[in-house]
Amino acid sequence: MTTEETVRADLKTRVDALLEAHDPATVERLDFLRAQFDAGLAWVHFPEGLGGLGLSRAHQTYVNELLAAAGAPDNDPRRNGIGLGMAAPTILAYGTEEQKRRFLRPLWTGEEVWCQLFSEPGAGSDLAAVATRAVRDGDTWVVNGQKVWTSSAHKARWAILLARTDPDVPKHRGMSYFICDMTDPGVEVRPLRQITGEAEFNEVFLSDARVPDAHRLGAEGEGWKVANATLMNERVAIGGNATPREASMIGFVAHTWRTRPELRRPEAHDQLMSLWVEAEVARLSGTRLRQKIAAGQPGPEGSGMKLTFARLTQQITGLELQLLGEEGLRYDDWTMTRPDIVDFTGRDPGYRYLRAKGNSIEGGTSEILRNIIAERVLQLPAEPRADKDIPWKDIPR
Amino acid sequence: MNDANLLYTDVETALQESVRDLLTDRCAPEKVIATYDGDRELQPKLWRSLALDLGLAGLLVPEERGGAGASAREAAAVLEELGRFAAPVPFLTSSVIATEALLRAGDDALLATVAGGERTAAVVVPFSTSPDELRATVRVDGQGALRGRVTSVAGAVDADVLLVPVEVADGVELHAVEAGAARITPVVSLDMTRQLADVDLDGASSTRVVEDGGDRAVRAALELGAALMASEQLGVAQWCLDTTVGYLRDRTQFGRSVGGFQALKHRLADLYVMTESTRTAARYAATTAADDDPDRHVAALMAKSYCSDSAVRAAEECVQLHGGIGMTWEHPAHLYLKRAKADQVALGNPQATRRRLGEVVDLPMPTT
Ligand SMILES: Cc1cc2nc3c(=O)[nH]c(=O)nc-3n(C[C@H](O)[C@H](O)[C@H](O)COP(=O)(O)OP(=O)(O)OC[C@H]3O[C@@H](n4cnc5c(N)ncnc54)[C@H](O)[C@@H]3O)c2cc1C
Repeated sequence: MTTEETVRADLKTRVDALLEAHDPATVERLDFLRAQFDAGLAWVHFPEGLGGLGLSRAHQTYVNELLAAAGAPDNDPRRNGIGLGMAAPTILAYGTEEQKRRFLRPLWTGEEVWCQLFSEPGAGSDLAAVATRAVRDGDTWVVNGQKVWTSSAHKARWAILLARTDPDVPKHRGMSYFICDMTDPGVEVRPLRQITGEAEFNEVFLSDARVPDAHRLGAEGEGWKVANATLMNERVAIGGNATPREASMIGFVAHTWRTRPELRRPEAHDQLMSLWVEAEVARLSGTRLRQKIAAGQPGPEGSGMKLTFARLTQQITGLELQLLGEEGLRYDDWTMTRPDIVDFTGRDPGYRYLRAKGNSIEGGTSEILRNIIAERVLQLPAEPRADKDIPWKDIPR
Repeated sequence: MNDANLLYTDVETALQESVRDLLTDRCAPEKVIATYDGDRELQPKLWRSLALDLGLAGLLVPEERGGAGASAREAAAVLEELGRFAAPVPFLTSSVIATEALLRAGDDALLATVAGGERTAAVVVPFSTSPDELRATVRVDGQGALRGRVTSVAGAVDADVLLVPVEVADGVELHAVEAGAARITPVVSLDMTRQLADVDLDGASSTRVVEDGGDRAVRAALELGAALMASEQLGVAQWCLDTTVGYLRDRTQFGRSVGGFQALKHRLADLYVMTESTRTAARYAATTAADDDPDRHVAALMAKSYCSDSAVRAAEECVQLHGGIGMTWEHPAHLYLKRAKADQVALGNPQATRRRLGEVVDLPMPTT
């Protein structure tokens, strides 16, 4: 047998043993998920003892297929995207053993949802400008400041938090990275309504919120380094999963075109097909990226994937509204709600069109991603940074 | 269809390196530019080195039929390098399109000479013909000789033997004609690195290569041509990107590197992302063709649509972002612009290709 076959055979044995001991038909959902984590079948690329087996990320797809075929529950990853996609890899890379054991299991099972307290009114693209202050008081840190655009803060148990711990050094050097308890009395979450009508994100006010020093991730003053690890993971997550043809946004428009011949207009056809081709090429580029990573040649294409994804969802949803004509003038519901999951495709075309606008802003704007590609991949000169070497407290603002 | 390997194998990488070395040595831009002024000294020697010394002419042909037994993937890898140099050689027209027609038609004697690089062949259709709109205009006269005129044929200038689709009562046959028996008139072409010719057959004698289904063989050949030309377009786009990035990094205006202006950084970042997507589309078309995957038809249409437009955009950006020097005869940018624009129109223009793709994936153009 090839090593690949041996690995697969071993995974199959482990999955069978899990299913044998915990019949999905009778066992409680959470009990099953905890057992799956303990069997190392949660995210096989994580280390043993932390829900994984130290294998490559690609093998998880195989495990998921086996489990889905057996009718096993999943951990509903959409409910905890920030936890799974950003907090977990950061904790794995920078957490202490104790932090890993405490946080990763309930994070993966979805018992504890996470949010990201990075952006502030004065620090968005320029994230290193964060002004939220954390001041040490013995074994704890006392945190004061305001965060904004915090998705899922209203349902989060924990947050990854970037705060300033030393204002006397230049901005990139004076930050630290914490795990913040969202149930702390010093944390107040207020909904922020979006262009879709709902409030998926929030503003978060931190007033003497207390964070134990044991919940610091990485060394004091190393917050920027840790935050960058988080952001890298955020962008890698896009295009990370294999999907069938037309499974993305283009599927909706294609379905409309096929099932509603009365809406077909000749002048829209070339645009439809151009976008269809681009969506398919983007999907295959995701495949190529995964193949590169599996072959040990991780490239800088991740940022490119996010750029393409954002542009395509916006163009495709725009075309969809135009195709629909009169129906495109209607909207399903402007009522203010605080959704449980972030779903780009869940609602009607008007919602899809509006929500897609966030894709080129959240997780690093498309302009910032172009700067990154130009500087890191194409080695073009960096943007001028007027405030780079000035102590943070002396930056004019 | 998700298992298609979209990376380069070690063999493909090694092949690309040997082609690149040879072209770096023998295919300097100024010599390619000279072909526009009628200097045809470069081509024969260059083609002989590629076809015979590197054995590229028979890449697509199985060993038992006299070839190298490689696949469409390797041919695509070669085309990428040829695109990168805008190399004026008939690899696409002879070693891909004509060879595929002969492979399908089953003429092994002729195939072996083409695969061995001893003879160069060309399929006699206008280069703009898309695989789905092949029309044979040549007929057999009362004496059994060929009569007709086909304009704008690619590869005919370099060909020893012409493969002519001939209209007969019950379909299309494919005939082989010695180049000397036809009147081949080179035409001043937009892309002189693949100069076109008008072909007149005024009673030329021919041998029938395939009787029935000549159109099927030619269509398959044109489709493979379009699928693999995507890799040539990738090579063009890659050259344009690399050259433009390099130039803007060095060029100084307003006391700073022009490549540091954000408006240009963003355009180049977009060009980079587009070029990587071009690679995806081109590799997918090559690998599905190599595997005879059921998705190869869709893959070829996607590649023709996407890579045609992206190569043109890369070349147009290349000219613009070079400023005045980009407009000159001396700078090689125009070689790539002309190649990209000609490739876009060739073998089915992108709009027609997308219209056809719509039919194939059940997203048809409405009938009015
Ligand atoms: C739906 C959504 C969900 C979000 N969720 C979260 C979350 O959970 N947690 C969190 O911390 N944040 C979150 N964000 C915030 C997001 O990361 C920021 O909005 C983003 O980084 C941009 O920052 P900003 O809003 O301050 O815009 P600014 O940085 O002020 O940008 C304004 C404009 O200027 C452009 N710009 C800025 N700098 C440059 C430059 N150097 N070069 C060129 N152009 C530039 C930007 O691209 C943008 O177009 C979310 C945002 C959205 C839309």
